[in-house]
Amino acid sequence: MSHQSDNHTVPYKSYLWILAILIVLTIISVGVTYIELGNLTVFTAILLASVKSTLVLIYFMHLKFDNKLLQYLVAAIFILLGLVLFITFLDYNYR
Amino acid sequence: MTTLAHIHRDDEASKLGMWLFIFTELLLFAGLFIVYGVYRYLNPVAFHLAAEELSVTVGMVNTIILLISSATIAMATTAVRKKNKQLTLLFLMATLFLAFMFMANKYFEWKGKFSHGIFPGSEDLQRLGHGDTLFFGLYFFMTGLHALHIIVGFVLITIVAVRVNNNTLTFENPVLLDNSGLYWHLVDLIWIFLFPLFYLIT
Repeated sequence: MSHQSDNHTVPYKSYLWILAILIVLTIISVGVTYIELGNLTVFTAILLASVKSTLVLIYFMHLKFDNKLLQYLVAAIFILLGLVLFITFLDYNYR
Repeated sequence: MTTLAHIHRDDEASKLGMWLFIFTELLLFAGLFIVYGVYRYLNPVAFHLAAEELSVTVGMVNTIILLISSATIAMATTAVRKKNKQLTLLFLMATLFLAFMFMANKYFEWKGKFSHGIFPGSEDLQRLGHGDTLFFGLYFFMTGLHALHIIVGFVLITIVAVRVNNNTLTFENPVLLDNSGLYWHLVDLIWIFLFPLFYLIT
């Protein structure tokens, strides 16, 4: 069987570390809402969510150990999403 | 035995297929996030006031529940590769339990809103105005669609657990478990963005 699934085994400990970081980031994202950040509130929330989702994609979703094609595809999809969001808001801002 | 050995299997392709499905899901939710963003931009005051109605504590508890469940299913993919059936089942059961807890929290959260007269098309909401109707319409639709994904994930993980239990899913063919894991992480990923957008940004 040449097409076996990859047998790269991630140690339990790595997953637990990532989980701990994700929970800390969640608590931080709640904590910062008590600080008056003004215009930066939305930015901070999105930034923390982006960091968390990147951790989930790379470690939980195994992208770190996947082939290059998949890594590029996932990156491309997120760039596409970012562009669509950006262009939509550009449009709404200057209407 | 010889026929079994010749069954065509391409795990790499299965995984790629799962990712393509995940891309369509991401685009679906991204569309909804854009709708949310635009309406928030057009109704800042109403969205600000409406978002304060939601309990940050409930949102945070549910976020942590989903994060832990993501870690448990990820650890199940490790356990199955270490040929530890008992531990694989334990991690899958933990994931199912956490999914149930998430839905239980969601049920009480929605029930609380309903009893306060806040549900799509309610008279109270219409009295509050256009912005609140939009906020709660999006809230119920997006968290509802997300909850639907949780239910699908629950069924999927149950199937995986049954197959692990009767030894038809082992370290030799863990691709269904891997793909269910990917799907479950997607559900987690979407919630990671739903939580700040509805609960934190007020």
